[in-house]
Amino acid sequence: MKKIILVRYGEIILKGLNRPVFEEKLISNIKKSIYTLGKVEVLKSQARIYIEPTQEDYDFDSAIEKLRKIFGIVSVSQVWKIETDFEQIKSYSLELAKEMVRINGNKTFKVETKRGNKRFPMESPEISREVGAYILENIPDLNVDVIKPSFIIYLEVRENSYVYSKILPANGGMPLGSNGKAVLLLSGGIDSPVAGWMIAKRGVEIEAVHFYSYPYTSERAKDKVIELTKILASYCGKVNLHIVPFTEIQLEIREKCPEDQMTIIMRRIMMMIAERIAKKVEALALITGECVGQVASQTIQSLAVTNAVVEMPVFRPLIGMDKNEVIDIARKIGTFETSILPYEDCCTVFVAKHPKTKPQLQKIIESENHLDLEKLVDAAVEQTEVMHIRV
Amino acid sequence: MDREIYLDNAATTRAYDEVISYMNDINIKYYGNPSSMHTKGIEAEKLLKLARERIAGSMGAVPGEIYFTSGGTEANNMAIFGYLEANRHSGKHIITTAVEHPSVLEVYKYLSKKGYTVDFINPDSQGIIDLNMLESKITSETALISLLYVNNETGAVQPVQEVVEIKNRLNRNAAIHMDAVQAYGKIRINPGKSGIDLMSVSSHKIHGPKGCGALFVRNGIKLQSILFGGGQENKLRSGTENVPGISGFGLASEITFRNINENSQKLSALKSRFIELLEEKIQDYRVISNENSSPYILNVAFKNLKAEVLLHHLEERGIFVSTGSACSSRRNTSSHVLKAMAVEPCYIDGAIRFSFSSFTSIEDIEYTVSALVDIIPRIRYGGKK
Repeated sequence: MKKIILVRYGEIILKGLNRPVFEEKLISNIKKSIYTLGKVEVLKSQARIYIEPTQEDYDFDSAIEKLRKIFGIVSVSQVWKIETDFEQIKSYSLELAKEMVRINGNKTFKVETKRGNKRFPMESPEISREVGAYILENIPDLNVDVIKPSFIIYLEVRENSYVYSKILPANGGMPLGSNGKAVLLLSGGIDSPVAGWMIAKRGVEIEAVHFYSYPYTSERAKDKVIELTKILASYCGKVNLHIVPFTEIQLEIREKCPEDQMTIIMRRIMMMIAERIAKKVEALALITGECVGQVASQTIQSLAVTNAVVEMPVFRPLIGMDKNEVIDIARKIGTFETSILPYEDCCTVFVAKHPKTKPQLQKIIESENHLDLEKLVDAAVEQTEVMHIRV
Repeated sequence: MDREIYLDNAATTRAYDEVISYMNDINIKYYGNPSSMHTKGIEAEKLLKLARERIAGSMGAVPGEIYFTSGGTEANNMAIFGYLEANRHSGKHIITTAVEHPSVLEVYKYLSKKGYTVDFINPDSQGIIDLNMLESKITSETALISLLYVNNETGAVQPVQEVVEIKNRLNRNAAIHMDAVQAYGKIRINPGKSGIDLMSVSSHKIHGPKGCGALFVRNGIKLQSILFGGGQENKLRSGTENVPGISGFGLASEITFRNINENSQKLSALKSRFIELLEEKIQDYRVISNENSSPYILNVAFKNLKAEVLLHHLEERGIFVSTGSACSSRRNTSSHVLKAMAVEPCYIDGAIRFSFSSFTSIEDIEYTVSALVDIIPRIRYGGKK
């Protein structure tokens, strides 16, 4: 018997001639993600990936935790690989059942079998029945419950056979790097990390841009964004974080533009800078956490005015979601607790009491003409600090 | 950033160099557990004894009245819970003020949900508690009164003697607990002679190490322990004693009290100078600290600005201060102390606490005011510069 990890992937299977490209990408991402944990062999067979450690004391728990964060993977199981021999299948199934009873105090079970190896003389239901009966005979307190068992013994009979009891769901999606690159405007709030995660899930590499207003905000605001980027990197392997000094620009806007347009002009300049950075890093789109109607700068009029300043497509994966839906995802991916730390924008100095909710593009552009936009944007891009964030 | 001007001494202080080397020495040579029976233990026990004598001596107490804790918060919790638990017969009514440190305020709020009747005495606009209100609240059922001697945000010094007198007139049996964390080492206090029954002090506010404090418990006052274990600190506070920390605390206390009068005079002059300079150079502000407040604390509220923004601008120039309110658009975190003092809304968010120590110089103050002159016009809202 050998302990190994079984990885299942989903959507990739639907790809036609490109399928091997996606599979290769996924396997390469898997190898990159777990190589620090020790030597393994990674094998692909029948739309599954098998990871076999070639060393003793392999840290399965850490490996599984990492694998569950890799986009493209649907689920992961730690399994026992055994020979396709009915005596072995019976005895290892019993051993696994004993373990479940001993550790978790489970009282009911069932056996589910998949037979991929049609040369094996028994059919799936028959295998399940026989193995179930064998377990029942040997563990007196245990009962069968096919509707709601407290655990399931899964058997897969193929070239080799596999015994396991847990299928741990992963996030699905597409292998990272299989769909180009986009730049995420990352604020430190709840929404933008979720937006970035959702696009990354579709295989898009992410670079994050943060606009930093020190000393109008705290240094902790920056630490918080770094922390959020680290969480994103735990899914994406590596994320470059561009920290753009934004204070000078805000002071200029405040001095030269009407107060009620401050926010919208600020948003437009952020988009301009993000697009400039995107071009520099060869990304093809921008991502924001905007959502229709959430705040004054996210009315449909404001979104239109903000959008008009860039040529690249802007992805807004949260656009039709309610706050609660976003929070659910933030909790699931682990960014929520960091996002709600209170070190956020302190820049009430830069926020009007009554910002325009229905800005007109023409008027905004007129106001922007008071600014030396080219110079301001150049300087900000020039002084941007890039951090390479890895897990 | 070459210059470092540390004006956040009410938050914590830099330890004296002598304290650091003394503690280092103890960590290296005298690492024994005071409860051990061998020489290593006895050495450590002697160090503890010396520290206890030093702390006791600083407040005219006897060593048996001093119990070491992990700091001011623990001393406050131990005083309140420990006293009420050991004196259940003495009544279910307790009194504190609306301007306490959270380590007292939160305990009283908790007790109000656990069957105690709690009265919170309000302060006036100077931050001084209303003695008439206090007088009207004390009954024969009153078990305990907790009071912050020097307010940590404003430096307001409470009329402790009057409080004790009022209490003794109305209910001799009620106990008085003084949170003296900001007063200790700055004002001479003799709790035994002043009618104080319990008094909390902390090490790191007087240039000692963090993680260390003490509770004075007047002889004859009964306390129930709230930490159970090996029975250290005369069974009141179990846990292996923090020998290096306690020793450092003892030495810091000794050094601080040696210069207490001199420092007090120096800082009074320094604070007056600060106020003078503000008057000359800054518009639209209010000095929150009252005239008779501790010379170690100056709270100033600047109109129409966010204190945290000012804090970060000062920090950029190497000046470190505190705000009463954290700046967050999400929650209202204005200071409970300033709210209780009814500071106007246009000032309350702009309150900065400058707090000094014997290390602070007149030049530091002059440099700070010139920085304020430079920064404030750029960060005020409600109109452009």
